[in-house]
Amino acid sequence: MIELKDSGAISPVSSMKRNGKVGNTLFKIAAFTAAALIPLVVITIFVVLFIEAYPAIKVFGVWHFITSKSWDAVNNHFGAFTPLFGSIYVTIWAFIFAAPISIGVAIFITELAPHWLKPIVTTAIELLAAIPTVIYGMWGLFVLAPFMQNHVEPWILNHLATLPIIGFLFNGPGIGIDTFTTAVILSIMITPFMSSLIKDAFSLVPEVVKESAYGLGATRWEAIRKVVMPYVSSGIFGAGIFAIGRALGETMAVSFVNGNNHNPGSFLDMLSLLNSVTTITVTLADEFTEAESHLYLSALFYIALILLVISFSTLAVAKFIVWRLERRWKT
Amino acid sequence: MENVRIKSRVLKSNVIMILSTLAALYGIVFLGWILVSIIYHGYEYLNLDFFTKDPVPPGMPGVGGLRMAFIGQFIITTIAAFIGTPIGIMAGIFLAEYGRGTWWAMFIRNLADIVISMPAIVIGAAVYVVLVAPLQSFNGLSGSVALSILSLPYITVATDEMLKLVPKEMREAAYALGAYKHYVIKKVTMRVAKTGILTGVILGLARMAGEAAPLLFTSFNNDHTTFNLLKPMATLTITIFIYATGPYHEWHEQAWAAGFVLTLGVLVAVIIAKYLVHGGSFTAPFMYVARRITKINKG
Repeated sequence: MIELKDSGAISPVSSMKRNGKVGNTLFKIAAFTAAALIPLVVITIFVVLFIEAYPAIKVFGVWHFITSKSWDAVNNHFGAFTPLFGSIYVTIWAFIFAAPISIGVAIFITELAPHWLKPIVTTAIELLAAIPTVIYGMWGLFVLAPFMQNHVEPWILNHLATLPIIGFLFNGPGIGIDTFTTAVILSIMITPFMSSLIKDAFSLVPEVVKESAYGLGATRWEAIRKVVMPYVSSGIFGAGIFAIGRALGETMAVSFVNGNNHNPGSFLDMLSLLNSVTTITVTLADEFTEAESHLYLSALFYIALILLVISFSTLAVAKFIVWRLERRWKT
Repeated sequence: MENVRIKSRVLKSNVIMILSTLAALYGIVFLGWILVSIIYHGYEYLNLDFFTKDPVPPGMPGVGGLRMAFIGQFIITTIAAFIGTPIGIMAGIFLAEYGRGTWWAMFIRNLADIVISMPAIVIGAAVYVVLVAPLQSFNGLSGSVALSILSLPYITVATDEMLKLVPKEMREAAYALGAYKHYVIKKVTMRVAKTGILTGVILGLARMAGEAAPLLFTSFNNDHTTFNLLKPMATLTITIFIYATGPYHEWHEQAWAAGFVLTLGVLVAVIIAKYLVHGGSFTAPFMYVARRITKINKG
């Protein structure tokens, strides 16, 4: 009896309570649905790409596809080695250019810059991170590529290409549309991310810890190298992985200056910084809307799937490594 | 002997400090170089027609403008924001408020961290299959969906992290008054975390607006102004991509001008977000991610 009375709409208090209960459930369902959308979208993307890539997977297999260099739309034969290699190779060089610069910027901001300069440099670096990537690409095409072609690469060709052993890295036409320019653009793009993240990590180090190093007579560099960096090594690792992930998946910054060259010649030519290559993202951007045959389109979905798997597993493995490390420390 | 060793250590330290200063200088030189080129070239080609007219075919008299790209960019970004923001915020609420300590929240959280660097062009390719191929036409709506997928993990992570910062005592005080959980979330935790979440959303949307790759296979391009979401729709980013790689000098000029407007818009949004919330930074949500990559989330 009492229960019936309470649930009646007459009493304002009990009606609010009931609405509250219903609202509670509805809100929880809404939040759950939104959160469930994330794995759902990710799974959908994987499944969709796999289904579309399946014809090409059936024809070319996996090992043959990633080791074959032929990309022949006329004879319908496709191999992903060139774009796959290009994506990874360009990312490696971008990382090599960006990593020391980023650490340098972080050291400058946290240790060296006078008080008034800190916010200026920090803001400048953050603005650099905010510039849309298509702007980096356009700037690369109109400004950096001609600059490379006219000023930097002739010097490299004259002085470095003749060096023994590493000379092959600098052989090529040197027209500004090549691995070198692409890697430089990418490194400029990822530097702000890396340096901001490393700077944030550095600033987590308690002042006392640094002072104890100085107290023992350490120089500035020794304090950073032996105390600050080990203290935040996981942060630096995370920044590096994150930057690599961004560089691998970037399309617009590289598509203008990369050349989309599917026939870079021998493997030694592909290694040269002054040769144009192609990356998975550039191949997709340039050829997706023009793919005539069904198999061609399927092959493009196949390389998209490969890129997704690489980028996904890079970050997943990074998480796994840290998880293992953490477990080891605890036991 | 000891003296020499100390000197060499100090020398090494000083050399590295000088190199660090040069590295900072290097970053600023590139920022300056890019900004100066964009302002110099972009400003030169800006005029009223640029905003109010559709393009004139190459070879015809007159220059025309990029009205279709401004309108398309606005429509696509706005719809993407309306899809991505509520879902992202609700997902963040779920992770922070309902999913503490559960394995599925931990799974979704780690997944969101990983997909935040999912290649944008791959999202475009997948959306193409689902929303473009069945309709047999590139369309603006699919562009919005692709962009919202791009911004979703970003907004989720920002919301989740901001809600985590809200002290437990505040929630407990509300519970002690007999409030339902959704009241607590709406009236207490969300209010406390409001500014932080807002910054995350603004910055997520600014990022999204500057990304062209997911639009290549979805909204594609259109030479005419259209309001039809089921037709191809031009955007500033795609127009820059097509015009800059095109063969005509006038196209290059217009690409610079479009780049100028796009950069200005994004930078203004970032600066507003930064000063709206003191200490907010563009990379803040990325920082959470990088920190989270380096540890496994146990909820």
